[in-house]
Formats: sequence, structure tokens, C-alpha cells
Amino acid sequence: MGHHSFSGGVHPPDSKAQTASKAIENCPLPEELVLPLMMHIGAPASAVVAVGDRVLHGDLIAAPRGFVSAGIHASTSGEVIALEPRPHVSGSRLLSIVIRPDGEDRWAQGPGEADPNELSTDQLRDRIRDAGIVGLGGATFPTQVKLSPPEGKKIDTLLINGVECEPFLTADHRLMLEQGERILDGMEILRCLLAVDQVILGIEENKPDAIVAMRQICKGTSIEVCPLPVRYPQGAEKQLIFAACGREVPSGGLPMDVGVVVQNVATAASISDAVRYGRALTERICTVSGPAVAQPKNLRIRIGTPLTHLVEVCGGLKEEAAKILLGGPMMGMAQMNLAASATKGTSGLLVFGSSSLPKMLQGPCIRCGRCVSACPVRISPTTIAAYARLDMIDEAQQCHAMDCIECGCCTYTCPAALPLVQSVRHAKGAIVARRRKV
Amino acid sequence: MFSAILTLGVMGLLAALALGFAARKFAVEVDPRELALLEVMPGANCGACGFPGCGGFAKALLEGKAMVTDCSPGGADTVERIAHILGVEAIAAEPEVAVVLCQGDNLRARDKYIYQGLEDCVAAQSLAQGPKACPGGCLGLGTCARICPFDAIEMTAEGLAVISREKCTGCRKCVSACPRKVIAMTPLRTTVHVLCNSHDKGALVRKYCELGCIACHLCVKASPGAYKVENSLAQVDYDSHCDATGGIGKCPTKCIRDFILGYPEGSSFSPPVVPVQAEENP
Ligand code: SF4
Ligand code: SF4
Ligand code: SF4
Repeated sequence: MGHHSFSGGVHPPDSKAQTASKAIENCPLPEELVLPLMMHIGAPASAVVAVGDRVLHGDLIAAPRGFVSAGIHASTSGEVIALEPRPHVSGSRLLSIVIRPDGEDRWAQGPGEADPNELSTDQLRDRIRDAGIVGLGGATFPTQVKLSPPEGKKIDTLLINGVECEPFLTADHRLMLEQGERILDGMEILRCLLAVDQVILGIEENKPDAIVAMRQICKGTSIEVCPLPVRYPQGAEKQLIFAACGREVPSGGLPMDVGVVVQNVATAASISDAVRYGRALTERICTVSGPAVAQPKNLRIRIGTPLTHLVEVCGGLKEEAAKILLGGPMMGMAQMNLAASATKGTSGLLVFGSSSLPKMLQGPCIRCGRCVSACPVRISPTTIAAYARLDMIDEAQQCHAMDCIECGCCTYTCPAALPLVQSVRHAKGAIVARRRKV
Repeated sequence: MFSAILTLGVMGLLAALALGFAARKFAVEVDPRELALLEVMPGANCGACGFPGCGGFAKALLEGKAMVTDCSPGGADTVERIAHILGVEAIAAEPEVAVVLCQGDNLRARDKYIYQGLEDCVAAQSLAQGPKACPGGCLGLGTCARICPFDAIEMTAEGLAVISREKCTGCRKCVSACPRKVIAMTPLRTTVHVLCNSHDKGALVRKYCELGCIACHLCVKASPGAYKVENSLAQVDYDSHCDATGGIGKCPTKCIRDFILGYPEGSSFSPPVVPVQAEENP
């Protein structure tokens, strides 16, 4: 099984050395926790607490609205001091619940402990939903939705994503080294839930220690640890499925169309917490790194921790921030300042000073074709970008703009420094807007 | 040789007869009014009427699906002629012109982050609501200028869209293209406008723009009835028909401009020569 090679991709310097060997540290509680109601894909949650309420760690503070949505839980005990728009990672100000911790960090009763083997699939799924679990790899798609394949879709493979192909990030790497049992437990729960025989854990070969550790932990189970060659975007869902299972997800299709469900290792670990201990998702591992950070670290953070606090815990900044990214450098979201707070999807916080930023001047396309050979979904970024610039939306659609996974390989490789992903994204936005109108 | 000419000639004759017959037999009825309508339309095929080109508009008119006044680029003249052909009464809409309600170019308004990317306002707006600190100000990346079918919008060197009062036909394409909703349709008769689109409080506006409206109400006091302040932003009350010139000199941030005296800084357009219209219907 495995070792197929997806086409395209790039080899950015992995820059993981700064934090790869650093054990996960607990991030001290900040003065306030800011939890936006919008931190997952789907409908924003709606607040069920009011200013002045006292909450316990794990209390539901915002309930999901609809099927594709996720609840939000207090990430420590304390008092709700505000329910107001606060700076959000998207750059707007969005309604958020602000909690002032009381320092005691008392857990709420919650649904209590349970033995996963004695729960029905529906009960398992409910416990996962009630814990507010979303994809922790960064996509933040509500997990129970992915675990509810529609009638008639046969799932035969569970693929666990431990690839972490983004440079700088080492959160999943450390999790596999230090808390492999939680991941294993989550994988077993998912295996029961989906009733699949085949479980594969994909890890990129640049983490040999994690491969050894996970092999050790998975000994005696039928879980297959599958080392994968180092190439970005190895961890992208469709590329990973092809590499590990040799199946190609059709254009416009979903992994379940080829019988696969993909979950991230960190998601698997929090599924174990939710199902076995009844604990809601209130924390995650986040890599704080980048050339401007004084002491890069892997931190176990509470959801809602202000970014400024994360930087302080890592010894502050060595030089003035010129670029701030949430997530990895390839797909991460740029921030204009540190005003926002970490969400469920914050796998990393990277800060760069102006000296470490590439200085490239944008020029016209020189038709070198590098973007075309780098694109893992085999579309022609330069063509679509040209159409996007000219607002020729039909043509962009015919060139399969919608297949773009926004991995950033094209922009990374373009010698003319053209904003290719942004242009393709612009075209995608226009296509979706038009579909809605019709 | 002779027989060849004869054969070809006869063949040609037969074909001509067949064609002539077909033309009569399968002729498509064209409403003569459609042709007449096409004659009087501007022919720009700009789509301002909401139909595919002038031809589409003509058909829609005949099917009763469009209003006589829908062709704004044609102006009052065209409306009148269309009405004449259709034999209806036309109430000509008041001629309008689009105005960018902002003077905050790169020299005068602050950005909240450095934008590097696609030269397109919609694309920039999707990144944290655009780089300009002011939530309503012109982004200056020229989406409107590219979409204008009449080439009426110019981008200044410092990144501000300016619309020519002469070239603008009032087709509203820029209004719907602009992601910041900073372009407004205004009656052509007015040349005085408050060039600001920020509803933020004055203290905040001052932090990011030199030329922003701080809602001090001095214009309202200077020209009673000509201005209104709503939601921390002054606007010329276009329906009031009051003279707004008195407010111009009083504005402490210089955000009121009379276009007769000149276009915003950096524009190459020369001040419009306006036929002085007597105040007919106050
Ligand atoms: S076009 Fe999309 S999928 Fe292809 S390389 Fe660029 S970002 Fe990646
Ligand atoms: S990589 Fe850049 S320069 Fe080369 S073909 Fe693609 S867009 Fe053009
Ligand atoms: S007026 Fe609107 S569309 Fe035109 S340049 Fe300014 S922001 Fe862009």
C-alpha cells in the first residue's frame, strides 16, 4: 500500500529545526480569553451565555446553528465579561465571547467518562459533536459532518493525516512523539464508528522519530504507519489519498466518493478526549515560530488565547514584525497585527521581520510554465490568473479554476512573483457568486 | 467553352430562383419598430439597461419588459425618441452622473496593512476588508475604471478613482462593481458634493484621513437645508435643490468640493463647463 506520487508540488525549506526538538509546553492562562463565534466552516455558533455569567471549563457557551456548525466551550473557568465584536483572524471584528479566567480552571461536569466500546455509532458521533470538534489541521470543518457519510456511500478506509507538510509547523510532530496513545485511541474510536478495516497513518519521512514512535504504539493493531516522501502539499487531502491509497478523488468530488475519510492526528487525539473522558475541545497544540520570535516553542494553548499573549510567552519579538501568519507559510492567513486570538484552527503563529522576507518584484508572466508543473491538481494557474484579471469568469471556470486547492505552489514557484493563488481564488469567488445568483 | 458558360449560367439562375423563393417563404417577421429603435439607441451595447446589448433592450421594449427610461447612457434625447417610436408618453428621468465620494488617495489616507497582490478592488477587499484604514474609502485599484464602458473613470497616480462628468452616461456599472460602495449616483445639475464615505466618528476619521468628514455640522449651519448629516457623515441633500456652495469654505477638513472649481487633486480632467441652468423648479 502507498507510495504513489502525486504530480507537481514543491520543496520549500522546511524550517522546522527551531521547534522540532522542543517538548510541548503548557501556555499559562492569559488575562482574558476571546472566543469568536465564528471559528469553523459553516454557520457561526450562537451564544448561550450572557455577560456576568460564571462558567466552568468545558461549559457550552455557544451552541451550533444547524448541521454544518460547531459548538464552542469555555476554555477555562471564570466570568463572561463581554459579548461584543472583537478583532478576528479574518481581519474583521466579529462577535466574540470574552472570559476572564478565575485561575482555578475547574472542569464542568460534562457528559462524563464512557467506554467507547459500549457506545453505539450514533452515541459516538453525538459525543464528538457535543465536544465541538472540528478539523484541527487548519481546515476547521466540523468533524461529525465528515463522519456522517450519506446513505449509499461505502467507506472502507480511514486515513489519518500526520503529514504536517507546511514548513515551520511542528505541532502534530510533537503530538505524535509525546501523546501517541491519545492519537491511537482516537483512531480506534474512528475505526469503530466508520466500521472500516483499513486504517492508515500517513507521516512525512522528515519525521523519522515520529514514524518510529507511532509504529511502536500501533504495534499489535492493524493500523498501518505509512511513511510518505517529503513534498509539499503531501498533507492536502486529495494528494494524501492518492499517495497513501492510490485512489484519485474526481474533480469536484469528495474523499468519500472514493471510500476514504481523512482526519488529522490532532483531531483524532481530541476525539479520544471527547469520547472517553467527555471533554470538550478547549485546547490545541500550536507552534509559535518564525525568525522574529525570540524563543520559538510548541505550546498547548487554550482556544481564545490572544496572539499577543502567545508571543509574550515565547519571549517577545527580536525585531519588528513585518509579516504575521496564522498557520503555515504556504497556506496560512496573513494578519495585520496581533490583535486577534487563537481559534480552533490556529496550528501555528509565525512572525517574520523585514530582513527575512523575500524581496521580489512583480513582473509580467514570462511563460516559463513553472506554475503549471508545480500545480498538484494539474491546472494552469497562469492561464486562470490571466482570465481572472480580465474578469473572464466563464473561461476561468472552463480551465477548472474550481479544482484549485489553494496550496500556493504556483505563487511559491513563480519567478515573476505574480499573485497567482490570489487570482485563482478571485476567479473562484466570482464563479461561486454567479452560481448563487443563477 | 460555350456549353460550360451556359451550364453555369443556368445553374446560377436556378439557385437564384430557389434563394428568392426561400427568402419569401421563410422570411422572419421583423417588427419594423425594432429596427427603428436600434437606429436611435446609442449602440454602445453597455448593458446598463440590464439587457444583453441595445438589440436585447429593443426586443424587451417591444415585449413590454423594459421601461422607456431604462437607457441611461442615451440621455433624455434617446428616451424621447424611443417613446416616440413606441407611441408612449415619456417622463424623462433626471440626468444623473456617478461621483466617487472620496478624496483619500495614498497621500491623504492611511492604509492599515501593506497590500501586495492582484490589482483589483474586489480581490483586495476580500483580504480583511481591504488595505485602506477607512472602511468606506476608495481602494484605488481601478476595478471601476476597467469596467466603465465609456472610459469615463481615471485613476490618479496616487490611487484615487475620478469620474468625468462629461463622459459619464449614468449607466451605473461602476456603482455595482465597486466593493466599497463609494460611488454614488447624483443629479447632474449639482456640482457640489461631500467627498467622504466614512460613517466612523470624527475622532477616528481624523486618525486615518486628512480629508474625511468629521460630522461637525458647520456645513449644515452655513447652508441651511442644503446638507444633511446622518450617521456621522454629511451629505448634500440633493432633493432639497438648495444652494450648497456656502458650506464649502466652512468645512474644516476640506471634504466638500465644487466640481466647477476643479476635480479632486491629481485628476487630469479639466473643470466642467456647466450650462448655467436657471433654477426652474425649486
Ligand atoms: S492553482 Fe491552486 S492548486 Fe494549483 S498550484 Fe496554484 S494554489 Fe495550488
Ligand atoms: S510561474 Fe509565473 S512566470 Fe512562470 S508561467 Fe507561471 S505565472 Fe508565468
Ligand atoms: S471607486 Fe471603488 S472600484 Fe473604483 S477604484 Fe475606488 S474602490 Fe475601486
